[in-house]
Amino acid sequence: MTDTVQADRQADFERTIERHDRIEPRDWMPEKYRATVVRQVAQHAHSEIIGMQPEGNWLTRAPSLRRKAILLAKVQDEAGHGLYLYSACETLGVTRGELTQKLIDGRQKYSSIFNYPALSYADVGTIGWLVDGAAICNQVPLCRTSYGPYGRAMIRICKEESFHQRQGFELLMTMMSGTDEQRAMVQESVDRFWWPALMMFGPPDAESPNTAQSMAWGIKRDTNDDLRQKFVDMSVPQARALGVTLPDPDLAWNEERGHHDFGQPDWHEFAAVVAGSGPCNAQRIAHRKRAHDEGAWVREAATAFAAKEA
Amino acid sequence: MESHDLDLDHDSVYDGLLGGDPSQWAFGTDFEDPLAGVDTTIPAGVDGATLAAYCLMLGDDALVYAHRLSEWTSNAPDLEDDIALANIALDLLGQARLLLARAAAADAGVVPGLPEGSPVPAEDALAFFRDELAFRNVRFVEAVNGDFAVTIARLLLFATHRLALLQGLVPSVDPVLAAIAAKGVKEVTYHRDYAARWFVTLAQGTDESRRRLLAGLQTVWPTYAELFRCSDVEAVAARQAFGVDPRVLEPEVDAVVDHVLATSGLERPDLPPSGTRPLGREGQHTEAMGHLLAELQVVARAHPMGKW
Repeated sequence: MTDTVQADRQADFERTIERHDRIEPRDWMPEKYRATVVRQVAQHAHSEIIGMQPEGNWLTRAPSLRRKAILLAKVQDEAGHGLYLYSACETLGVTRGELTQKLIDGRQKYSSIFNYPALSYADVGTIGWLVDGAAICNQVPLCRTSYGPYGRAMIRICKEESFHQRQGFELLMTMMSGTDEQRAMVQESVDRFWWPALMMFGPPDAESPNTAQSMAWGIKRDTNDDLRQKFVDMSVPQARALGVTLPDPDLAWNEERGHHDFGQPDWHEFAAVVAGSGPCNAQRIAHRKRAHDEGAWVREAATAFAAKEA
Repeated sequence: MESHDLDLDHDSVYDGLLGGDPSQWAFGTDFEDPLAGVDTTIPAGVDGATLAAYCLMLGDDALVYAHRLSEWTSNAPDLEDDIALANIALDLLGQARLLLARAAAADAGVVPGLPEGSPVPAEDALAFFRDELAFRNVRFVEAVNGDFAVTIARLLLFATHRLALLQGLVPSVDPVLAAIAAKGVKEVTYHRDYAARWFVTLAQGTDESRRRLLAGLQTVWPTYAELFRCSDVEAVAARQAFGVDPRVLEPEVDAVVDHVLATSGLERPDLPPSGTRPLGREGQHTEAMGHLLAELQVVARAHPMGKW
């Protein structure tokens, strides 16, 4: 390729980004852009797959048949989201198998929130309300992300996630109308998940290494701190409607800013969880690795059978 | 490339969270009787208590097997199978809800007593507050899953049997049971197809998969015969034309299973059936059942006055 052709392609790419149009799989793109999209989409896909575990933990113990059906459908949706996202990644020349191997080897990450345990049935509701809620705040802007297959996958995923969030909130609402023990269970769950949910937006902007480039390329559309503020502002009236207290003594409406002031999550804890020392990091990866390893002979059989049939 | 302004309808996902349109909630916003709006009058010539007992048998088969299949979630060999097995579990869970609700509507006497004022609906009282001896599922469905080959072998036999059973129930004189069966036929046709395709794939895939499939078939085969043993309740159900005598299903089910075995290049295992009585239908289960129920029922039983 001549330097002129290369320069033209780079200029085309940049114009597309400036117009907020989509980059499609066959379009030329800088290698670093490709790598960044793969990193982000793979991390998102892995989060969906690892995210099946904490809630899957309650499938066999759901306390009503209706709740069991809702939970099973939700965890199944998460597997579906993982599938579309791995497919979006595959348009960039990597395979699902390679990405799964990187997840298992610890070379790619997933959302740290899933390194926290789900300890009561109220957690199923709280994960829907706060965790899926925070995920939606992060993901809605991604429907406009510059990489076409990712953006289109996100449109469908956001619709389903918003369903999950409503179902989670509705579970908590129902439990709050139940017994004192159930109300205490909801409060205890919210106490455990509030701070980890705030951490889902990532470190403060000043300490977020990838934000600036990702925003310039239109892969990311809002900063971590902006999204965190939006999430807090939306959650406060919802918590009031539920009748739960958010565990932050600094949480207060600031008339001047038109937003809530709030305390800082424990960023040392965040760093430790990201580095692998969270309550469930080892368990989640071991579970994924075991399922993957135990399924190897089945995948090999399918490949061998397909070859014989071809 | 085109320009996009896609987030307009997504920025508002939170707006409906407080108040708003309840129809946007999947599965409704409140508990709904799965048989809401359905006429559950017991037809002439049908004994309500027997109808209830019969629905519990079919409902418990679906509930217990859905429980086992749901254990595969996040553990399957590939994402497609996670989704498929969860889907099958979800279908069976839906059948269980309808059948347990039909049982309660046919004879309120089958529903366990709960403290006065308990909000627990009948289907949940039946699922979560019955003791092991009151469960009427075949033992075939309560066994632990084993590996994927055992699971596929069991699913093929179960789905083939259940499809024949549901087809036999479509002309039931109980219109509720007939409607539940008609809905189930479409679902279980897929379950059988999924299992049969994997069965053939594992049989003809690799030496390892064939070895495991043979072992899986040997594991499930001895209890397969229980699916065709006729309990007293089923005999009466068949006489009153609302149910099916399981013995009449055997030739049809065998023919399908033999066809899949032949396609796979496998023979029927040369193993005698275990037992001659429909023990599960009489409430006699295996050691696995107590553990299964302990897990299924633990949260619900801790909160007999709870609302979920």
